[in-house]
Amino acid sequence: MNPERIAEHIPRLRRYARALMGDAYAADDLVQDTIERAINKRHLWRPGSDLRAWLFAIMHNVFVNQLRSRRAHPEEALDEDALPAVAAADGAQLEIRDLQTALAALPPEQRAVVLLVGLEQLTYAEASEALGIPIGTVMSRLFRGRERLRATLAGASALPGLKVVK
Amino acid sequence: MKLPEDDLQAYADDRLDPERRRAVEAELAQLPENAARAAAYREQNAALHALYDPVLGEPVPERLRSVRARGRFAGHAMAAGWLAAGAVLGWFAHELAVDRPAARPSLARQAAVAHAVYSPEVRHPVEVGAAEQEHLVNWLSKRLGAKLRAPVLTKEGYELVGGRLLPGDAGAVAQFMYQDAKGKRLTLYVSRLATESRDTAFRFSQEEKVAVFYWIDGRLGYALSGELPKPELLEIATAVYRQLNP
Repeated sequence: MNPERIAEHIPRLRRYARALMGDAYAADDLVQDTIERAINKRHLWRPGSDLRAWLFAIMHNVFVNQLRSRRAHPEEALDEDALPAVAAADGAQLEIRDLQTALAALPPEQRAVVLLVGLEQLTYAEASEALGIPIGTVMSRLFRGRERLRATLAGASALPGLKVVK
Repeated sequence: MKLPEDDLQAYADDRLDPERRRAVEAELAQLPENAARAAAYREQNAALHALYDPVLGEPVPERLRSVRARGRFAGHAMAAGWLAAGAVLGWFAHELAVDRPAARPSLARQAAVAHAVYSPEVRHPVEVGAAEQEHLVNWLSKRLGAKLRAPVLTKEGYELVGGRLLPGDAGAVAQFMYQDAKGKRLTLYVSRLATESRDTAFRFSQEEKVAVFYWIDGRLGYALSGELPKPELLEIATAVYRQLNP
């Protein structure tokens, strides 16, 4: 495997990890563990197959193992640097912080799907491969995660009126 | 006809082919509850990008650039140098053309300079005022060869002052200026790029006193500049982005 190819994906791995963990240091820990494991298992990657999905799959396994061994709470202390510090105000200004908090409140398996699809823009098939679950399960977790976010955000602040799509 | 749930999700994620998308939009027009959900999901996606895309622009921390394999490969010199060398090459390969460290100033830098030059102007902050907004937008659109819009930022507390035409690297640049009740100014710099880019990630740069959020959409580069704290500017940049990408 060409080494540059893993390095190319580091920024996106960092972005996903930051959104998943909510904390910059924990996120980079996750990325580091993922890269180590990817190096150790590089002989398992089939040339020509989707490297990005493979790396996200490794990251997901590391993440799940961490959850199991540490029983980490999703609402762990947020690194203030990772999150724009928004002054308490009304209306749309709360939206950014609320999104972070609402994400953290999602069950991890829903959060992972919402982020892989909505942020990392994996297709449903790629997400299914990365998470090792059937596409149907991807869709149901996506639905539940997004609905839960919608409910949490609607409760937390007055969202601008939703447009009816024409 | 019922709207399959999977289609609603795919619609929110822009994964439908144009024909199917049109069909779904037609159905959503009759289903306000579903339409509200689809709109909410799209907003969530946009907000996720606005909040986390700047991570893509951060320098990769040292400890990730020299990761060593553990266990069987511990002390295997190849693994360490392997990734360090790869990281440098891979990192630069990932950069946008406009961000490539080179003699040419980046989009963010150009926008920040233009902001610093024109925002302090009392008598001539813009060339065409907001009173002639339609003319302003038509003029700048024609010069840039692209359909431009001046976002509406009244919810965020900013009114359009007007705009001007500027020279850029690859041709004409449009600068829209906004002002809040206290006279604080923001500028939106829209530049025609030399090459098309598919990387639309939100990026951030602090150019001395001027904070800049910038992104690329096809052949146009956008940069929102202001002497504002990053979170405040992020909120407005998100609003701009959403208006230009409904």
